[in-house]
Amino acid sequence: MSALIEIIIFSAAAAGALAGGVGVVASAQPVRSALSLLLVLGSLAVMYLLLAAPFVATLQVIIYAGAIVVLFLFVIMLLHARSGEERPSKLRGQRVAAFVLSAAFYAAILAVLRTVRSAPVSTIGSEFGSAQFVGGALFTTYVLPFELASMVLIVGIIAAVVIGRPFVR
Amino acid sequence: MTPSVADLRALWPELIVAGAALVIMVWGTFMVQDRQSPLRWATTLALIAALSETLALGADARALFGGMYSRDAAALVLQTIALGGAVMAVWLSGDYVERTRLEAGEFYALVLVAALGTMVMAAGSDLIMIFLGLETLSIPLYVLAAYARDDLRSQEAGMKYFLLGAFSSVFFLYGIALIYGVTGSTSLVRLGAVAASDSIMLRIGIGLLLIGLAFKAAVVPFHAWAPDVYEGAPLPVTAYMSVIAKVGAFAALLRVFPGTLGAQTAQWAGALALLSILTMVLGNFAALLQTNLKRLLAYSSIAHTGFMMIGVAAGTRQGAWGVAFYLFAYTFMTLGAFAVLLMLERRGEEADQITDLTGLASRSPSLAAAMAVCMVSLAGLPPTAGFIAKFYVFAAALDAGQTALAVLGVLASVVSAYFYLRVAYTMFTGEPQGDVSFAGGRWVAAALAVAVIGVLALGVFPAPVTAFVQQLGQALR
Repeated sequence: MSALIEIIIFSAAAAGALAGGVGVVASAQPVRSALSLLLVLGSLAVMYLLLAAPFVATLQVIIYAGAIVVLFLFVIMLLHARSGEERPSKLRGQRVAAFVLSAAFYAAILAVLRTVRSAPVSTIGSEFGSAQFVGGALFTTYVLPFELASMVLIVGIIAAVVIGRPFVR
Repeated sequence: MTPSVADLRALWPELIVAGAALVIMVWGTFMVQDRQSPLRWATTLALIAALSETLALGADARALFGGMYSRDAAALVLQTIALGGAVMAVWLSGDYVERTRLEAGEFYALVLVAALGTMVMAAGSDLIMIFLGLETLSIPLYVLAAYARDDLRSQEAGMKYFLLGAFSSVFFLYGIALIYGVTGSTSLVRLGAVAASDSIMLRIGIGLLLIGLAFKAAVVPFHAWAPDVYEGAPLPVTAYMSVIAKVGAFAALLRVFPGTLGAQTAQWAGALALLSILTMVLGNFAALLQTNLKRLLAYSSIAHTGFMMIGVAAGTRQGAWGVAFYLFAYTFMTLGAFAVLLMLERRGEEADQITDLTGLASRSPSLAAAMAVCMVSLAGLPPTAGFIAKFYVFAAALDAGQTALAVLGVLASVVSAYFYLRVAYTMFTGEPQGDVSFAGGRWVAAALAVAVIGVLALGVFPAPVTAFVQQLGQALR
């Protein structure tokens, strides 16, 4: 019974992700692409829930769907307010190259999935992926890299300020 | 596995540097534009405090923070070089930063954070720590390269360095992911334990790590960014970058290759030796063609990377401490050469052409003599640090049975003597250039004096420093 429900939810999420993906590439207007990306990210969050990783699913919604797509939308609207609707210039052979590369990537994924199926898979504990588990790991085993990452972020902010400030001599 | 207070105590040097970076950044915003010299003092003091704390903590083989970090002899030696180089770089920067009216607070903060990154790379014993150290080192350097924002060349340098650097970081990260896939851990200890297994995934992962680090060290064929970035970045930044990035990259190379994969030397020594040969040949021959001193020093730094790679490729303890000694010598002689360039200016611009040095000896014999000492050392001639450093890495290659590598290294040094000594020759002949004047300042002069004394002291009495760096050999393996 639960397996059936899982399949139904998975199918819906997968269909949403696919539709969103097509929308990102096919839309003529950047705003539509950005909103389609939102659909992709939301569907992926559902998949993470199915994979018993609630913490990653939450982060997916808050950070990617929430912050990053909103950032995209801001940039698009600010740029368009200035330049008007304008199709970006295209590189020669871009479309062909895109198709060939995505076909190659698809083939690579299929090849990996075929080989992995026979390989042994290790299991993880049931608490893996919960907020509690991730928090515990971050503040014990990974506390030092966690703190250092904050230093990297600070440098990123300083960098943005330094580069973005008007130059006065 | 909750970290203990003792672990935190062992982190003092890093905490001092990180804290000082934040304090100095905030303090700088309250300073009047032309009276910022307290920042230099503060930065210098913080770095010296961290250096003395590093030396006081000494070598301790304990694994800290659950195996993430180790304050072993390798960390001790490499952090000492990094902090010493950073102190000299701050002395070199001060007058230039004030003269060109760059924001001093952020400048010193970024210099300190880059030093922190190298310290972490030197002591990290987990791939995650090494990666974060690499980023902590790189991001400030991208910004510093673009720091003269009204100068197009500086903007270009920052952009190029950033884009290529981001690519190389991704290679490194992908390598970690593949290694994690095989070992189930990012720990170097674990990597060493499973390295014997013949897994293609593991080999690709280690190869990707090598690419990421080779980019930072400017190893051919991952060097293409170096000349443009060195030429475009503000002069003191070029000086700092040429030293601090090199120390960080070689710290990680030593930890990963001879340190962790020491039992599999036969499998990677050939590849590293090939990279070393390519780097020496291209670096030295391309340097022959340069007329711009910053570009010449860029190719010179590429060439020296090649010589240092000999020590890594040897895969022995002797090779490893030879590299550490080389880094010491390289820091002194390169910063010395940059200090001379910082003492000069051409109509308010950087005097970065070789012709700008024409006849320098008749105007300032001491400055010309200092430059000559650095050039002789860069060429690897006695009685200077460069000679002893090359001697150690070549000897390590011979003892490891890599005769061809040592012979090619000697030949490359002979080629390098031509362009280094041409610079020296230019200074002692011809008429002085009218539009070149002295800019310097006491801080730059002090850094130059330290560099020249260092070059000569390491060349004449190498024993104390040799004994110090030899500890590093004990720590690896």
